Amino acid sequence: MDFATLLQMLDATLRLATPLLLACLAGLFSERAGIFDIGLEGKMLAAAFLSAAIAAVSGSVWLGLLAGIGASMILSAVHGLASITFRGNQLISGVAINFLAAGLTVVIAQSWFRQGGRTPQLAGDARFNPIELPFADDLQDVPFIGPIYYELISGHTILVYVALLMVPLTWWVLYRTRFGLRLRAVGENPAAVDTAGVSVIWLRFAAVGICGILCGLAGAYLATALQASFVKDMSAGRGFIALAALIFAKWRPWYALYACLLFGFLQAMSLRADVIEGVLGFQVNGQLLDVLPYILTVVILAGFVGKAIPPRAGGEPYVKER
Amino acid sequence: MDVMPKWADVVLIPLISILLAAFLSALVILAIGENPWEALKLMVDGALGSTYGWGYTLYYATNFIFTGLAVAIAFHARLFNIGGEGQAVLGGLGVALACLYIPWPHWSLALIGATVMAALFGAAWAAIPAFLQAKRGSHIVITTIMFNFIAAALLNYLLIGALKAPGMEPATPRFPEATHLPSFQDMFNFGETTFFRGAPANITFFVALAACVALWALIWRTRLGYEIRSFGHSESAAKYAGISPTKIIMVAMLISGALAGMMAINNVQGEAERLVLNAVEGAGFIGIAVALMGRSHPFGVLLAALLFGFLYQGGAELALWTSIPRELIIVIQALVILFTGALDNMVRMPLERLFLAMRRA
Repeated sequence: MDFATLLQMLDATLRLATPLLLACLAGLFSERAGIFDIGLEGKMLAAAFLSAAIAAVSGSVWLGLLAGIGASMILSAVHGLASITFRGNQLISGVAINFLAAGLTVVIAQSWFRQGGRTPQLAGDARFNPIELPFADDLQDVPFIGPIYYELISGHTILVYVALLMVPLTWWVLYRTRFGLRLRAVGENPAAVDTAGVSVIWLRFAAVGICGILCGLAGAYLATALQASFVKDMSAGRGFIALAALIFAKWRPWYALYACLLFGFLQAMSLRADVIEGVLGFQVNGQLLDVLPYILTVVILAGFVGKAIPPRAGGEPYVKER
Repeated sequence: MDVMPKWADVVLIPLISILLAAFLSALVILAIGENPWEALKLMVDGALGSTYGWGYTLYYATNFIFTGLAVAIAFHARLFNIGGEGQAVLGGLGVALACLYIPWPHWSLALIGATVMAALFGAAWAAIPAFLQAKRGSHIVITTIMFNFIAAALLNYLLIGALKAPGMEPATPRFPEATHLPSFQDMFNFGETTFFRGAPANITFFVALAACVALWALIWRTRLGYEIRSFGHSESAAKYAGISPTKIIMVAMLISGALAGMMAINNVQGEAERLVLNAVEGAGFIGIAVALMGRSHPFGVLLAALLFGFLYQGGAELALWTSIPRELIIVIQALVILFTGALDNMVRMPLERLFLAMRRA
C-alpha cells in the first residue's frame, strides 16, 4: 500500500467515524447522567430523514439540520418522559424509539415523496459540501505534510470538524464545569445530588436534551453530508456501534474519539477489500470486519481486557425518598 | 399494598395501552391521507375473513408465540433478552443442519430432531451473554444486541460460503422431502373442501401451543419456576434463601434462547423449507412487544401473539391494496412497546388514583 492509498483510507476513516463520534458523545452525556440510551439508532434515523426531507423541500441544508435536530429532540423528549417522569424501563423505551423511527420514517417518506421510502437527491446548497481549509491548494506540493493537510485534514464537511471539536468541548463541560460535575454525580449517586438541593429531574432532562442535539447532528450528517438523500434504514446499526464505542471508551470523551476512529477505520477497511488483500497477502472476510466492533465490545465487556464499569446509577429511575 | 384489583392490572391496563397505540396509529393513517376505519376493515377482512387469511395470521402468530415466550421467561428472572432475533437466526442454522445432513425416515422424527437442534443452537447463542452476565456482570442487554449482529454476519458468511446451494441466491439447498412438515392445508383437507389453501401455517402451531402450556407449568408448578420468579422479584432475598444467581441467570437464559431458536421450525422447516437470509424478519423483536402485552404470562403471550399475527397479515393486505406501506406495522409495534413497557406508569398512575377514590367513596 502506498502513501496515497493510506491517506485515502484515513480520509474515509474520518468521514465514517464522524457519525459514530457524534452519536457516541450523545450517549456519553445521557449515560453519564444515569439514563441508558439504546435509542441512539432511532434518533439518528429520524434526524437523517427529517433533515434530508426539509433540505430537499426548502433547498437549505441549514434548515434541514435544524429540522433533523428537532426530530431527534422529540424522540429524546419521549425517552425523557418515559424514563425520568414516569420512571419506566429505559431499555424498553429505547427499543420502542428505535422501532418508532424505523417505521415512521418510511411511512412518512413514502406518503410525502412517493419514491419507495426515499427522499429526493440533494444537490448544491441543500447538502453540506466539503470545505477547503486555507492554503490547502498551495501546500499540496510540500512533501509529506502537504498531502496530509490537503487530503486528510482539509476538504471535509463542517460537521466533521464540529464532531472533532465536540470531543474537547465534552471533556471541558464534564470535567471543568459545575454542570458537568453535577451531571456526573447524578449518574453515580442521584440521592446525594438531590440532598445538595439540585434537581435530579432537571439535570437528567438536560442530559437527554444534549443527547438529542448530538444525535440530530449525527443523523443529519448521514443524510446531507455523507450521502445525499435519506434511504430506508440508512443508519444501518451505527447507533449500536456508537453504543459499543461508548463501552469501549469506558464512558470517557477522549477515549470515545479513539474508539470511534478505530471502528471507523474498520468500516473503511471493509469497503476496501482490495487494499487489505494487498497489504496482508490474504483475503480478510468482509463480514468479519463488519462485526469486529461488536466482538471487541463483548471482549471488553467480558473484562478480559480491562473492565468497563458503567455509571453506578445507570438505568435506575430516581425516586425521591418520602 | 394492592391499590387495584387483579383484573385491572391484567386486563384493563394492557387494553388501555393497546387502545392508545391504536388511536395514535389511526392518527398516522389519517395524516398520510387514508381512512383509518377503511384500513381496519381491510385488515380484518384480509387477516380473518378467510381460512387463507387465518392460515397466514396463525403462521405469524406461531413465530411470535415462540419469541414472546422467550422474552417472557427472561422477564420472570428480571433479565431483558433483546437477543431473540440472533437466537432465532442460530435456531434456523440448527434446523438447516438437522434437515440437510441427517437422513430422516419420516417428518415426525425430523420435527423432533429439528426442534432439538433449534433449541440447542438458540440456547448456545444465549449461553455466552448469560455467562458474561452471571459471572462478569456485563450487561445482558448490550451483549445480546451485539450477538444479534454477530449472528446475522455469521449466517451471511455461511450462506455465501459453506452452506450455499448452487446458483446466485444466498440460501441453502431445499430440504429433502421427508423433512417437510404437514401444513394446515394437508391437515384440514376434507375431500371436497380444502381449508387454508396456500397458507403457510403448519403443525408447528401446535408445538407452540404445547410450549405455552409447558412454560406455564414450569413457571408456576415447579421448584425451578419458583426460584426464577423469586430471583426476579428480589435478587438479595433469593440469594438469602439459598438460590444461586448464577444458576438462575444461566437456566432462564438457556430456556429463553431455546424458545427463540425453536421459532425456526416454523419459518425455516415449516414454511421456506430451506434457510434463507433474513428468515427471522424481526420476529425476535416483536417478541418483546408480545411479552410486554401478555404480561409475561404464557396465556397472555398467546393472545398477544395472535393479535400481532393479525396485525402482520392485515398489514401485508394493507400494503397490497392501499398506499399504506408495511412499515406501519413497525410503528404500531413501537407504540405497543412504548405504552405497555416504558410508559406503563402513565396509564397506571391515573387508574390507581381512580380506584383509590372509588374505594374511599
